[in-house]
Amino acid sequence: MEKKDFTVSVYTENNIGLLSRIAAIFQKRHINIESITASRSEVNGVMRFTIVVQVTEDQVKKIAGQIEKQIEVIKAFYHTDDEMIYQETALYKINSADFVEDLNIQDFIKESNARIVTVTPKFFVIEKTGKRHETDSLYEKLKPYGLMQFVRSGTIAVTKNEMPISNILEKFDTTN
Amino acid sequence: MEVKTASFEKVSSPKTTKVSGAEAVIKCLLEEGVDTLYGYPGGAIMPVYDELYKYQTQIHHVLTRHEQGATHAAQGYARVSGKVGVAMATSGPGATNLVTGIADAQIDSTPMVCITGQVGSHLLGSDAFQETDIIGISTPITKWNYQITKAEEIPEILAKAFFIARSGRPGPVLIDITKDAQFASLEFTYKKCSGIRSYKPKPEINLSELERAADAINNAKKPMIVFGQGVILGGAEELFKQVVEKSGIPAAWTILGLSAMPTDHPLNVGMVGMHGNYGPNVLTNECDVLIAIGMRFDDRVTGNLEKYAKQAKVIHFEIDPAEINKNVHADIPVLGNVNETLKILLEHLKPNKHEAWHQKFKDYYQIEFDKIIKNDLNAERGKIGMAEVIDEINKCSKGDAVIVSDVGQHQMVACRYSKFNQTRSNVTSGGLGTMGFALPAAIGAKMGAPDRDVVAVIGDGGYQMTIQELGTIFQTKVPVKIVILNNDFLGMVRQWQQLFFEKRYASTEMVNPDFITIAKGYHIKAKQVSKREDLKEAVTEMMESKEAYFLEVKVEQEENVFPMVPTGASVSDIRLE
Repeated sequence: MEKKDFTVSVYTENNIGLLSRIAAIFQKRHINIESITASRSEVNGVMRFTIVVQVTEDQVKKIAGQIEKQIEVIKAFYHTDDEMIYQETALYKINSADFVEDLNIQDFIKESNARIVTVTPKFFVIEKTGKRHETDSLYEKLKPYGLMQFVRSGTIAVTKNEMPISNILEKFDTTN
Repeated sequence: MEVKTASFEKVSSPKTTKVSGAEAVIKCLLEEGVDTLYGYPGGAIMPVYDELYKYQTQIHHVLTRHEQGATHAAQGYARVSGKVGVAMATSGPGATNLVTGIADAQIDSTPMVCITGQVGSHLLGSDAFQETDIIGISTPITKWNYQITKAEEIPEILAKAFFIARSGRPGPVLIDITKDAQFASLEFTYKKCSGIRSYKPKPEINLSELERAADAINNAKKPMIVFGQGVILGGAEELFKQVVEKSGIPAAWTILGLSAMPTDHPLNVGMVGMHGNYGPNVLTNECDVLIAIGMRFDDRVTGNLEKYAKQAKVIHFEIDPAEINKNVHADIPVLGNVNETLKILLEHLKPNKHEAWHQKFKDYYQIEFDKIIKNDLNAERGKIGMAEVIDEINKCSKGDAVIVSDVGQHQMVACRYSKFNQTRSNVTSGGLGTMGFALPAAIGAKMGAPDRDVVAVIGDGGYQMTIQELGTIFQTKVPVKIVILNNDFLGMVRQWQQLFFEKRYASTEMVNPDFITIAKGYHIKAKQVSKREDLKEAVTEMMESKEAYFLEVKVEQEENVFPMVPTGASVSDIRLE
């Protein structure tokens, strides 16, 4: 089976140590996590982990099963890229002198729909949200000017299909 | 004059008692029906031990000689009694010494709650004396773990711990309690946990899958059952027997399934896997429907997965959804506790006998008997063989003893040859293969089943990994029977070296101490036997002993366990020599 990018979405309780419990499931199988993001979800008090891995479908199915088995995990799903709407955010810090002097940079920013977040006499911070190849492309363009700092978030993604977390929780409340 | 006021009335309503966190721990254990726990005191758990002192008439604390011993004793107790085993230790090294037992309980689905003391919460992360991150360390080997830093969390968290450990697919839970939480006080009320919203211990039963399963079984010409510990954990032994008897299907067991069905039952066809019986291994690759019940297709059971039961339709009865399709594809998965799913299955089954198919198992048994079993049981020359010892135990126990085995050759022999009439009688470290398991597990087993004979069968290697628990036996006077099958080798590794490493016996020869003197040092009755003609009498004396008894049997040094499925081979390529 061919390896490809899968996004694992995990809905959990908001408890200490859960991140390491989830990460351990990948570690045990010698799988590298490409990116991981944790945040609140659409349900009050419920956290959502978004984890991107490059594995076979057989592997990701088993991983999702093992994650879901953890006591404080409400549900784990996995999706391919085409089943999701996904984005990443990157921040680029560049020298103000370069920015002012070289008009190319200004063009790159305009063309790539990036946004200037902060301007100081010493540096500018530019933000770009998009697909991986888009933030990468801006990175390549800015690199020759000497990027002072670069950082990119993990993938965050919402699915095209419904995620019935509230239903699962309601069902528990009515049966217990 | 009326003096009663509204505020006066309020005083009598909620019934709570103010106790320390440490006392709350003991009260929780009592609420959960714990009568015995195993542990070892130390700085960070001392407040709880101080409370144990006050409660010693209500709860029996067994001081093991090492924290690992406490976990295995708790496991032995849990495995024979079906109750949750409890182990307790201090922080740091006390906690890390629990790790092997926790991992063992995790892989063998044993319900266990471990309680560890932790440094005060103000010291967390300061590398304080005896501080280790036991939550981090135990995360991948526990079903759940939690660190308590506030006394008022204790009742709710311990209630959850017991609920999680025993429900669904059982497993170990570790609760770490900081010392300040043990000292602080709380209003104690206890409510047993009945559910956790993110945890579904029992999957929903899918009736249409069950009907498909029944159809496949009813239409099968050469069906075979492989059953595991799920039958025991689900308390479904009687139901399972009815399923087997009604359907007439030959049933083989995994090492942890052993004793779920009487070994002498005519439809019990023996063990599957690496050192299992010839028939069930070969016929796994001939059956048309393979019915797996409460087992997880461990690699020691399946051999080469590419060549495992490829011709068969696989039906998998399982409580843990993550086990479905993990190793072997299930054509028909039947999720649920087997004590519920088998009940429905039974109604749908058509009576059958499968006589011709069953005869095949008998024919293969005859081949195995002639080639292996006959010699194992009736060797006429050389030193005593391991199977002869087990056979003598059977003759005395009549199949009613609990046999606790360690890990290695003697374990395979004990499982192959022990006779069992009752369930929960075979206690062994299956998944993890923990040498040193048996001696402390036997202590727990005897305490969990005090009316039964408990015989620990151990090799000379594994015995020395937890030999200090002789001290626990001496102190508690727990009447366990200990048999060491001594070949002065790490026998199983030596067997592999002989077969696959051209007899390079790297570090497998053991220069052993005088085991009799050691046992006597602990005032345990002890005897050594090396001649076949003395074996029967020695085993009989041990089995009749009312006190703890140690029997060392000097066995054949370079005996090999056969049949054997070499690693990477198919189960049907099982070797008889």
